Amino acid sequence: MSAVSEQDVSSPAPPAAPIANERKRLSLDWLGVMPFIIFAVLFLIWPTIYLIAGAFQDSQGNLTLTNIVNLFQPSIMDAYWISIKISLASAILGAAIGFCVAAAVTLGGLPAWIRSPLMTFSGVASNFAGVPLAFAFLATLGRTGLVTTFLYNVFGFNLYGHGFNLLSFWGLTITYLYFQIPLMILIITPALDGLKKEWKEAALILGATGPQYWRMVAFPILWPALLGTILLLFANSFGAIATAYALTGSSLSIVPIVLFAQIRGDVLQDPHLGYALAFGMIVITGVSNGIYIWMRARSERWLK
Amino acid sequence: MKTNRFWSWIALAFGIIYFVVPLIGTLEFSLRMRRGVYSFDAYWVILSDPRFQATFGYSIVMALVTIIVGIVLVVPTAYWVRLRLPGWRPFLEFITLLPLVIPAIVVVFGYIRLYNTSSFLPLTGSAMGTNLLLVFGYTMLALPYMYRAVDTGLGAIDIRTMTEAAESLGASRLKIMWSVILPNVLVAVLSGAFLTFAIVIGEFTMAALLNRPAFGPFLQLIGANRAYEPAALAVISFAITWVCMGLIQVVTRLNKSLAATKR
Amino acid sequence: MSFLTISHLKKSFGATTVVHDFNLNIEKGEFVSFLGPSGCGKTTVLRMVAGFETPTSGKISIGGQDVVNLKPNQRNIGMVFQAYALFPNMTVAQNVAFGLKVAKKPQAEINATVHEMLSLIKLDHLADRYPYQLSGGQQQRVALARALATKPQVLLLDEPLSALDAKIRVSLREEIRAIQRKLGITTIFVTHDQEEALSISDRIVVMYEGKAEQVGAPFEIYNQPSSRFVASFVGTLNTLDATVRDAAAGIIAIDGKDVMIGQKITNHKVGDKISLAVRPEAVSLGEATDKRETTLDGKINSVHFLGSVIRIRASLGENTVSFDTFNNPSAPPPSPGENVKVSLAAKDMLLLGQ
Repeated sequence: MSAVSEQDVSSPAPPAAPIANERKRLSLDWLGVMPFIIFAVLFLIWPTIYLIAGAFQDSQGNLTLTNIVNLFQPSIMDAYWISIKISLASAILGAAIGFCVAAAVTLGGLPAWIRSPLMTFSGVASNFAGVPLAFAFLATLGRTGLVTTFLYNVFGFNLYGHGFNLLSFWGLTITYLYFQIPLMILIITPALDGLKKEWKEAALILGATGPQYWRMVAFPILWPALLGTILLLFANSFGAIATAYALTGSSLSIVPIVLFAQIRGDVLQDPHLGYALAFGMIVITGVSNGIYIWMRARSERWLK
Repeated sequence: MKTNRFWSWIALAFGIIYFVVPLIGTLEFSLRMRRGVYSFDAYWVILSDPRFQATFGYSIVMALVTIIVGIVLVVPTAYWVRLRLPGWRPFLEFITLLPLVIPAIVVVFGYIRLYNTSSFLPLTGSAMGTNLLLVFGYTMLALPYMYRAVDTGLGAIDIRTMTEAAESLGASRLKIMWSVILPNVLVAVLSGAFLTFAIVIGEFTMAALLNRPAFGPFLQLIGANRAYEPAALAVISFAITWVCMGLIQVVTRLNKSLAATKR
Repeated sequence: MSFLTISHLKKSFGATTVVHDFNLNIEKGEFVSFLGPSGCGKTTVLRMVAGFETPTSGKISIGGQDVVNLKPNQRNIGMVFQAYALFPNMTVAQNVAFGLKVAKKPQAEINATVHEMLSLIKLDHLADRYPYQLSGGQQQRVALARALATKPQVLLLDEPLSALDAKIRVSLREEIRAIQRKLGITTIFVTHDQEEALSISDRIVVMYEGKAEQVGAPFEIYNQPSSRFVASFVGTLNTLDATVRDAAAGIIAIDGKDVMIGQKITNHKVGDKISLAVRPEAVSLGEATDKRETTLDGKINSVHFLGSVIRIRASLGENTVSFDTFNNPSAPPPSPGENVKVSLAAKDMLLLGQ
């Protein structure tokens, strides 16, 4: 990701003939993308590299691993751990529920007109995140929320009396599901459409049962797309802060909230530990997105 | 077959309930401000709050500027890469996906450290500079969506032939960009623009950390201090998101029917 | 009783009936083609045999057993689809092994059968490739091997060649026929390509609008079409309009000129308009040289030089005929617009049922 020269970029691409010709003329075509590249370097790549580099330096600028080692103190490890747990739970549950809904609409024999409004709605809901989402769930599942009072008034069931709390692990997970499920629906529906009818028919005529078809053909085909999407959902909720911050203030110490507090100067008092915190986030979201991209390329090759 | 369809309805019903109940809950809550009866009081309080007007206006301006910067940055680049530098496409795509990989809070942390008053580019030193930095940050946030939309739009038309035709008629590069390419990817650009608007209007992290008076931090502030107004704000925000997505659908459909009548 | 019996088969989707009272008996080891334009119901009949569609009424029995109420996976049928339909997540060998695996055959037997099938289609060397690494023709051969691996009672081929290039289409159809002969498997082959059907079938069922128009050997279908549809769909047949002049003597008028057709005309009386079919082979350029031929005046519409043959279209009054002549280096072909004599061989004319 360092300063990128022309050779670096074009070498993995197939050697297309037109490019070779352009090259021979020593063309200045690459100048055309420079404004974009400069912008990306200034406002995306350099700030990121600056933080990563800072994570490995002390305040005098010497190379050190102390900041990374300092991440392994209980309070920070707890923050990472709860972030990972919430992101995993919301990603896996979101993927499972989203898959069921998408499968119901694409393969389940529901009327075709349902599909278009569902996709539109998923587009809206997957973008309905941030602070307002927290308000919506406070109004629904908060102490005086609609569902909470409904359960109490109609069934005499005290949700909060039974240990539920919106400002907790499960509360945040349920809230995150509101954008995770629709995101899953949006991403997985094309993959489900890619399942050819003939595959099922071929499997049946060869003697397989419906479950056997799903286990031996459909799931293995969908597997890269499914796992990849789970990782995308994971990264999606791992970096999110606004909803959690509006919902819980700083009472739930997930990594983005700890980092937010650090930037605001409330805690830690050590900017380089903040860099290390940010570096840890990049590693986690980077790895999961990287696997997602790799998995998607694999499934596209099959579904071609 | 019958049982199959039964479970399909169950799955769909679960999905619908999950998404509709919080909306109903929020709407109901937002109407509860006056004791005993439903009223729009919470909305009146919010809408007449001068801070609402100021922050909402600020965020709208931010969103519009972001959209313009995004278009100016993305359209010529995507066009140029498709026309002259096809080998660069995977690299460009990779860059445009990075904002999904690097959390916004990390990027803005980098900004604060890199563009502070003692740096070579002291953007955070003045209000205007910080506004500019915020716009650039938002442009980055929207980049994956904007670039994807425009690149797909360009893929659907034969830009090479169009460019050559325009060149043979003596049009300049700028003229080609403005009067040939842009109209043809207008739907893609508009889709990207509406999505950008939806993302920017309630954005919290960047605005809060750069200390700008935007709508997102205002939402958070109200949420921390009031009871019913946040629900009203959530309803308003949801409506805005819905309108943006609806407009994307409308322009896409309009374009399709236009293409159909042309034929 | 025949091996595969289809009787009074009917299929409706809502108000439209796509298959009307379809009857067919297929003997064991026979290769039968369903030939017809798209939408004629041939694929629907095939899918009812496979079990993917349920007949509205009628019976299908295989080997004496009524299969209408059996699910596809209980029928022991092999099927090859137009779009290959290989499982993309499995290698060639795993694809071929699929049917045996779900049947819980012992691994040793699976390996042996896969090997046998792959050598049958001559693709042993590609056993570990994935479908996306194969050409269309190779994929379709693997699909055939996969369908045959379970030793099905009946093999169904649903337009298996139409997604392939012309050259591969010809070689693969011959390969399919050779394998079918070798295994002696009862086969139904659905196609819209008459040349394909004529070249490899034991019998052809020509279908039109949900009905079997004619059932017969390729020679029969081509030479004695029973209806105008069969005549025009099978081969590049010319149809001519004529008027009956003398039914008993078999004289008709084409373009005002009397022509002896050498057979009695039943069902029609003098003055009736009738249709005649004439094969391209029965038409030639120039004056008649034989008493049983008739000379007509024609005008050349178009001349297509195809190499060893030249295809000519000419109009005879209101009728248009198309016919071939062999290329003759010393005699250049006629040019469009030229007035020529065209002779018809009376004995090769067919009266078409109206």
